[in-house]
Amino acid sequence: MIEISHVDKWYSPTFQVLTDCTTSVAKGEVVVVCGPSGSGKSTLIKCVNALEPFQKGDISIDGIKVNDPKTDLPKLRSRVGMVFQHFELFPHLKIIDNLCLAQEKVLGRAHDKAMTKGMALLDRVGLKEHAKKFPAQLSGGQQQRVAIARALAMDPIAMLFDEPTSALDPEMISEVLDVMVDLAREGMTMMVVTHEMGFARKVANRVIFMDRGEIVEDALKDDFFGKPRSDRAQKFLSKILSH
Amino acid sequence: MNYHWNWGIFFQPNPMGTGTYLDLLLSGLELTLETGALAWIIALVTGSVVGVMRTLPSRSASWFGFAYVEFFRNMPLLVQLFLWFFVLPELLPKSAGLWLKQLPNAPFWTAAIGIGFFMSARVAVQLQAGIGSLPRGQKMAATALGLTTVQAYRYVLLPMAFRIILPPLTSEFLNTIKNTAVAITIGLLELTGQARSMQEFSFQVFEAFTAATLLYLLVNAVVVTAMRFLERYVAIPGYITGK
Repeated sequence: MIEISHVDKWYSPTFQVLTDCTTSVAKGEVVVVCGPSGSGKSTLIKCVNALEPFQKGDISIDGIKVNDPKTDLPKLRSRVGMVFQHFELFPHLKIIDNLCLAQEKVLGRAHDKAMTKGMALLDRVGLKEHAKKFPAQLSGGQQQRVAIARALAMDPIAMLFDEPTSALDPEMISEVLDVMVDLAREGMTMMVVTHEMGFARKVANRVIFMDRGEIVEDALKDDFFGKPRSDRAQKFLSKILSH
Repeated sequence: MNYHWNWGIFFQPNPMGTGTYLDLLLSGLELTLETGALAWIIALVTGSVVGVMRTLPSRSASWFGFAYVEFFRNMPLLVQLFLWFFVLPELLPKSAGLWLKQLPNAPFWTAAIGIGFFMSARVAVQLQAGIGSLPRGQKMAATALGLTTVQAYRYVLLPMAFRIILPPLTSEFLNTIKNTAVAITIGLLELTGQARSMQEFSFQVFEAFTAATLLYLLVNAVVVTAMRFLERYVAIPGYITGK
């Protein structure tokens, strides 16, 4: 579903953020990307739907090349859901309108159809009664669940999560992770940048460990948590799992 | 001071034969309102386009925006009006220059367009700041949903940016109205111009300019109140500028 091969990215001629990154996410697979901050994991996931440009290598989604100038990027992006660290709901739109906007303007759905779909998804993430509120009236965890629902409203073929719980209070993290676990169990193709190793243990098929812009480890979940091959991954794991 | 006060002057006929002196001032007020309204529409529309251009990733667009703003804001308004009114017709080919000079209501159009362009540079800078103050993730979230750049601006960025800059925009609206007084120098008989003619005909300088001052105050008070209502109308519940 998502093929990343030999991707290099530079912010400036002397500052390389991604070095020869190669990996893939198969249909229905859940891949967790972890690593210390500044390791390039957020940058990599933003390259997948071309929110960040990259200079070398190829990325394709469902066989369509992201870095081909002929690709209709808006159309491709509309088929890939993305959830951000800071939710990024549109503050001037009611919750339900946040869910309807792209359905109507990008997919061309009729308003009542978009509303029905939006309400069903809000119900699914347990926020139906908040449909008429504005984002600023919801808690962080609620906002992030709305953001997931907004992405799902586009009927995506894959979902990208960029540190979806990093900006949340501890008690709100689980309500967001619950939604993500359900999604994973339903067979959604997911690429998730996160430090939530509990989530990775529960639903990931593979874990990717990045450091300094390189993919250091790309292993099946059990292998990764059992005995990571690289020293750096071992050190990282021992640090975040020791508490 | 040996000044003969005469507040009844407003109800005496003016020598132009167009009614009383009050009518003279009111006709000036009407022209002030027309010039100010047209100038403000020009300022808002061109300022918005240029302000957006300054935030686009395209180099040529932001360079054009930069050059436009620096050209129109770095010259005194008076000089700009003189340029459009006295210099431009001389620079054009003879027939075009003559045509321009003979246009009916030339001072009105020159003032409205000249003040409009001058103020548009200020609107552009404010809109640029408004868009720049939005989190970077807003544009990313809109893009990730498949919205095109135009749609992202239309439905996501501009509605928030305009709300944020509404208070300073009110000041620019007031400045636009007040700046129409400069048009007296190119022969536009707006409120200040008519107050001067009243002074010249009747020698009642204090009465004339007291009335003009009060009329300016009244107009601007109406604008301020209307903008307050607008601010309240578009306020977002739960958001910083909201209720």
